[in-house]
Amino acid sequence: MSAKIVARSAEKRFQTRAGWMTALRDFDLEVAEGEFLCLVGPSGCGKSTFLRILAGLDHATAGEVRIVPGPDPRQPLANVVFQEYAVFPWKTVLHNVAFGLEMRGMGRREREAAARRWIDKVALTRFSDYYPAQLSGGMKQRVSIARALANDPQVLLMDEPLGALDAQTRAVLQEELLQLWEETRKTVLYVTHSIDEAVFLGDRVVVMTAHPGTVKTVIEVDLPRPRDLSVMATPAFAALTGAVWDALRDEVRRAMAEQA
Amino acid sequence: MSRAPGRAGGAGTATAWALPLGVLLATLAAGFAFGLWASAWWALLAIGFVCVVLLAQELESRLALRWRGSFQRGLALGFPLSLLVIWELLAGAGILNPRWFPPPSQIAVALWELTVTFDRFNRSSLLGRPWLVPQVAAEQGWTGVQGLVRESHVWATLSRVLGGFLIGALPGVLIGMVMGLNRTVRMMLDATMSAIYVLPKIAIFPILMLVFPNPFGEGPKVAVVAISAFFLVAISTMAGVQGIDKVYLEAGRNFGASRWQMFRHVILPGALPIVFSGLRLALGTALIVIVAVEFVRADRGVGFLIYYYWQVLVTPRMYAALVVVMALGVGLTALLQWVERRVMPWRRG
Repeated sequence: MSAKIVARSAEKRFQTRAGWMTALRDFDLEVAEGEFLCLVGPSGCGKSTFLRILAGLDHATAGEVRIVPGPDPRQPLANVVFQEYAVFPWKTVLHNVAFGLEMRGMGRREREAAARRWIDKVALTRFSDYYPAQLSGGMKQRVSIARALANDPQVLLMDEPLGALDAQTRAVLQEELLQLWEETRKTVLYVTHSIDEAVFLGDRVVVMTAHPGTVKTVIEVDLPRPRDLSVMATPAFAALTGAVWDALRDEVRRAMAEQA
Repeated sequence: MSRAPGRAGGAGTATAWALPLGVLLATLAAGFAFGLWASAWWALLAIGFVCVVLLAQELESRLALRWRGSFQRGLALGFPLSLLVIWELLAGAGILNPRWFPPPSQIAVALWELTVTFDRFNRSSLLGRPWLVPQVAAEQGWTGVQGLVRESHVWATLSRVLGGFLIGALPGVLIGMVMGLNRTVRMMLDATMSAIYVLPKIAIFPILMLVFPNPFGEGPKVAVVAISAFFLVAISTMAGVQGIDKVYLEAGRNFGASRWQMFRHVILPGALPIVFSGLRLALGTALIVIVAVEFVRADRGVGFLIYYYWQVLVTPRMYAALVVVMALGVGLTALLQWVERRVMPWRRG
C-alpha cells in the first residue's frame, strides 16, 4: 500500500526562556494508507508535537512532515480527537458532531443527518440534544470521536484520547474504536502512554526515544483482526507488549533522570 | 462548636437542646432585667445568634432527610422574617428609637402611601399612578400618558439605569472582545482602562455636567451610568476571551473554522459566562451610581426620594424608598438572569 503520512528528517525546535529546546530530531516515519499506527514514548518525547504538526496546529522547523492528499481535494486531510475531549460545552451533542461539516459549509439538513448517523454508531442516539456537561467522560470522548469521523478526514489523529478515562470505560471504548475502524479503515495515528492499548489497537507500534524524540524501534503487531479484548490474554499479546516495554524501558529511565 | 447537619441523630440527647435554649432565655432575661440592651446590645445579639444557630442545627439533625431541604429553605426565608418581627417588637417597645428605625409595619404603610399619593409640591409620584392611564388617555391622549410617566420616580431611575447600562455595556462587550483578540490593542488600552477602572465613576459626574449642554438634564446621569458599565463590561469581556481554553481554539482550527466562524462558534460562546458575570457586576454598579447621582442632582428618581425624605425627616418614607431600590435591584438581576439562561442554555444543568 502507498504511504499516507510521510515524515523525513523532521525537526521541531521551540524557543523557551531557557533557550532553544529540540522536541523532534531526525524523525523518519511512513504510515501506509489504511494503517492503524500507534506511537508510544516517554512523557515529553515529542509524540504529541508530531501529531500537532500533522493536524496543522504546528509546523516542523526543518525536514518534511506531510499527509499525502487523496483524490478528492474537498476531503479534509486530518482531524484530531483531543486528549481533553475538547467537545464544545456550549453545543449539543448533535451540533458538536456536525461542527466540522458546518465549518465546511454543508447545509443544515444534510449535516445533521450525517451527524445523527455517527451519533447512532457511537451509541449516543438518546443523548443527541444533551449538552456535554450532562455526559460522562466516556460519553464525551465518544462525541469527540464521532465529531472527527463525521467530518470524514483522510487521516484520523488521536492524542491519548482515552487517557483520562477509568480502566473499564477505557476497555469498552478501545473495542468500540476498533469496530469503527474496521468499518471505515481510515489511516489512524494514535498517540498513547499505554503499551497494552498500543499493541491491542495498532498494526504497528512505534517506540520513540526520550527527547529529542526520534524513532527508536518499530514493532509489527501481527495479531489477527478483527480483535476483541480476549486477545489480551494470549501469549502472543504478552510477547509483543514485552517487546515494546524492552524498547521503552531505557527511554523512560532517561526521561525521568533528565527531569529529576 | 457546630454540629454537622448530616450527622446521624441520637448522640445529642437533651443537653443539645437545653443548653443553647437556656443560654438564649437567660441572655434575653438578663438583657431586660438589668437594662443591658443599651450598653451591651452587641454582646447580647452575638450570644443570642449563636444560640439560635445551635438550636436550628439541633432541630435539623432530628429531621428526616426528605424534610431537610424544606427546612433549609425555611431558614433562608424564616430568619429574615423573624428579624423583621423582632425589629417590629423592639421598635414598639421603645428599645429601638422608631424615629431612626421605624417598625416594618410603618414602612409598609409609608410604601403604600407613596404608591397611591401624588406629591403636589414635587408634582411627582412613585409609579406614575398607572391606574389613571385609561382616564388620562381618554381625556388628554398620548401627551397625558407621557406626563404620568414623567412624574414617576421609579420610571426615572429605571430608564436611567437601563438606558445607561445598555449604552455602556454594548460597546463594552465590543471593545472587550477586540482587546481579548488583538494583542496590540490590548497592550495599548489595558493600562489606561485599568487606571480608569479603579476610579469611582461618580467622581467624574461634575465633568459630565460641564460637558452636556443641559447639566441638569438626563444626559449626564445616563452618561455616568454608561461609563461605569462600560469599563466593567469591557474588562471582564477581555478576561473572558483570554480565558477560553486553548484546546477549543485548536479544535476550531483543526476543523477548518474561518475567522468569522471561529468568533461565532468558539470565542463568543466561550467568553459568554465571564461576560455575563461582568454584566451582573455592571448592573449592580449602575444602581449604586444612579442612586448616588440622584442624591446630588435630580428632582425625580428613587435616590432623590431617599434623600428628600431624609431632609424632611419622614423616615418611614425614606425606608420605603430604600425598599423600592432593593426591589429594583432584585428585579433587574432576575431579568438579567433570565436573559442569561436564554443565551447560555448549556449552563442550566
